[in-house]
Amino acid sequence: MDKTINQKAWFLVLPVFLVVAFSAVLPLMTVVNYSMQDTFGNNQFFWNGVGWFKELLDPSTDLGGRFLASLGRNLFFSAVILAIEVPLGIIVALSMPREGWSVAACLVILALPLLIPWNVVGTIWQIFGRPDIGLLGYVLNHLGFNYNYVSNEVDAWVTVIVMDVWHWTSLVALLCYAGLKSIPDAYYQAAQIDGASRWAVFKAIQLPKMNRVLLIAVLLRFMDSFMIYTEPFVVTGGGPGNSTTFVSIELVKIALGQFDLGKAAALSLVYNLIILIVCWVFYTVMTNAGTERKAVAQGEPAAEPKPAAAPRPAGVLKPKEGVA
Amino acid sequence: MHSIPGRRLIMALFLIFLLLPIYWLVNMSFKTNAEIVSTMTLWPHTPTLQHYRRIFTDESWYSGYINSLEYVVINTVISIAVALPAAYAFSRYRFLGDKHLFFWLLSNRMAPAAVYALPFFNLYSAIGLFDTPWAVALAHCIFNVPLAVWILEGFVSGVPREIDETAFLDGYSFPRFFIKILVPLIASGIGVAAFFCFMFSWVELLLARTLTSVQAKPIAAIMTRTVSAAGMDWGLLAAAGVLTIIPGALVIWFVRNYIARGFALGRV
Repeated sequence: MDKTINQKAWFLVLPVFLVVAFSAVLPLMTVVNYSMQDTFGNNQFFWNGVGWFKELLDPSTDLGGRFLASLGRNLFFSAVILAIEVPLGIIVALSMPREGWSVAACLVILALPLLIPWNVVGTIWQIFGRPDIGLLGYVLNHLGFNYNYVSNEVDAWVTVIVMDVWHWTSLVALLCYAGLKSIPDAYYQAAQIDGASRWAVFKAIQLPKMNRVLLIAVLLRFMDSFMIYTEPFVVTGGGPGNSTTFVSIELVKIALGQFDLGKAAALSLVYNLIILIVCWVFYTVMTNAGTERKAVAQGEPAAEPKPAAAPRPAGVLKPKEGVA
Repeated sequence: MHSIPGRRLIMALFLIFLLLPIYWLVNMSFKTNAEIVSTMTLWPHTPTLQHYRRIFTDESWYSGYINSLEYVVINTVISIAVALPAAYAFSRYRFLGDKHLFFWLLSNRMAPAAVYALPFFNLYSAIGLFDTPWAVALAHCIFNVPLAVWILEGFVSGVPREIDETAFLDGYSFPRFFIKILVPLIASGIGVAAFFCFMFSWVELLLARTLTSVQAKPIAAIMTRTVSAAGMDWGLLAAAGVLTIIPGALVIWFVRNYIARGFALGRV
């Protein structure tokens, strides 16, 4: 199913191009412009060349120190939430009920946190974690833990991480569930005939089939957690001190708080570049998946009429070790 | 589908973990402030609707919801309208720079909002749209238009090409084919795309807050500001939060099977 070459298709794409270019290209040009200049207010600008970029990547300066520290915190945050959310998401997906009304009920409740405005997610955890009025803070403090996310760095981190797990694990779970649902029953029957253990079924059938959705989930979660702003801003405001100040929070502080246009613009560009690289990986995965999907769609009508669908997966499984 | 041992317990625990903080917010919204501050009660002992009443009668509160809905609806309409033809083009044709364009759209969907906050502020001030719903609606297009294109492209690709060809053989003009045949066929896809545009515009705070000051202030910004000024009116804050959850909760049932697909940009 090759697409036909038609340059007139540009007319169909033009509205999208114009709308997005208006809100993406123009502002980005401004950012590039600012990043090369310095300002002392009064709209007077001075040429600064790559000065801000040098400063940004040099940890001994104020700007560089702040950027690299927030970058480090952000990468650590992303690593931690991925390490928790991915396995937990898989476990939750595997725990989904098989059929009946409970499937729908579970889906609805799982999706609920995803649809809550981000600042309200922050508000929910701000209230929930407070030692005086929140259930979590109250219970923890009565169990003997001295938990206070406003003054203690570790508690602030734990709160932000648990909040993110609460907010986004469902996404990983729903994606994995979609991957699991696409596995034909024949695979499981074949595994049963082979006497495969529960773990072997997971390793040889479910995990390979979830490969692609898991990759999508990891990339999505990485990018979103790398850009996180609203939730920690509402809960901790980046504190105590700077302990939960992530890159976006630092950037907004410099740009809209101090109105340091040059520094903020240089930071924006570097920040955007990192996202762009990850985004390219994501794009490659997605488009490969697209061609795969089309190949499967084409192959299906031919494969379906054959009654002997079951023995084939068995053959697929046999060479793998540990299945029998 | 095979499941793991103890799955009922795991699922139950996880659902409780998800619901407990939400329950606490709902719980607080029905308590009086005296009850919130003085005692720890698991359910409202003296339930009250005063916070909700205040939000629905005080203009500075309910106007926030109206402002938010205004820009969200404008944004959804623009996004879907421009994304539909583009999705068709990406799905059916190859043209100069199509892959680069598709990637460029995705990269805008993923761009950090913090990067755009300041330049948007300058841009929309310069063209006189600052503090109007249009500024926020257009600003949110940067991530919602690409999202809509990606989701709709997936749905259009699911429509067999033969349908197009038959329609053109039957003498349908392109616009007529598009409106009479294609749009009804991907109606569910349009619904899903519209839902996600609505949702992502509704949950975004940073740009909405930066681009408005008085006239078009969204509910999210009103929540953060009133709290710091009024010395923590917890009950009111909780009630306002509950009301922002409602739009999502209302439609969640209809989109439950599409959630994963929408977040994965139509690629699952």
